[in-house]
Amino acid sequence: MTAMTVQADDELWSAIADPSRRGVLDLVVSHGEVSASWLAGRVPFSRQAVSKHLVALERAGLISRRKQGREVLYQVEADRLDQAARAMAQLAAQWDRRLAAIKRLAEAAQAENKNRRPS
Amino acid sequence: MIEREILIEAPAEVVWSTITEPGQMSQWFASRVDLVVEPGAHGYLEFGDQGGPVVVEVVDPPRRFSFRWNHPRGEEPAAGNSMLVEFTLTPEGEERTRLRVTESGHELTAWPEAEKQRYADEHQEGWVEYLDRLAAVLGKRQPG
Repeated sequence: MTAMTVQADDELWSAIADPSRRGVLDLVVSHGEVSASWLAGRVPFSRQAVSKHLVALERAGLISRRKQGREVLYQVEADRLDQAARAMAQLAAQWDRRLAAIKRLAEAAQAENKNRRPS
Repeated sequence: MIEREILIEAPAEVVWSTITEPGQMSQWFASRVDLVVEPGAHGYLEFGDQGGPVVVEVVDPPRRFSFRWNHPRGEEPAAGNSMLVEFTLTPEGEERTRLRVTESGHELTAWPEAEKQRYADEHQEGWVEYLDRLAAVLGKRQPG
């Protein structure tokens, strides 16, 4: 890969590209600290699927876990999420700048065409 | 996927020349553009001291232009190893054009085929919007 654009993190994107996984992440974000069984009661898929999604999200650094008694609680890693949001916003801003430049060039070319045209 | 658009006070043909002529491209895109705008054509984009190959996909004047880039050196660009940039031009009246650009592939690199297909089949809210929304929820929940 070349560094022509701001490179997004593959692991992170594939972690949140899955709609079910985004559902799980949404729940963790909106409820703070939650357990896998709490999550399983709120999503339309199995407890095993929830565990798989949690592993993927944890691997991407988007959530972390801690033990509380017998329970394992998951919470969102705000910095990592913020970093992802910023990386994406940066890519969008890069295209906004390019589009603005295209607009300037095309409108200048159009003005020139009009001036050349006999009235 | 990144999706942005802009309204330009010029006919689609003029906007088309701006986005596809190498001389013009070097003014809004790369510092040097070595490219023939034909379907399947391989070219090179230079950005200061960096650069990389680009492969043209669709050339449908003055409506659609797309290319792939950011694929690993020595590989043919395809879905899964590169970013696809697509320009769509929509005339709005005689002298005005809506220009839309999408860049996709950030989320698809290094993905199994089946998952890619499933992803492509499902309508997705934009990445920027999704992440912004999560960050906003997070901001509200954790004051300060």
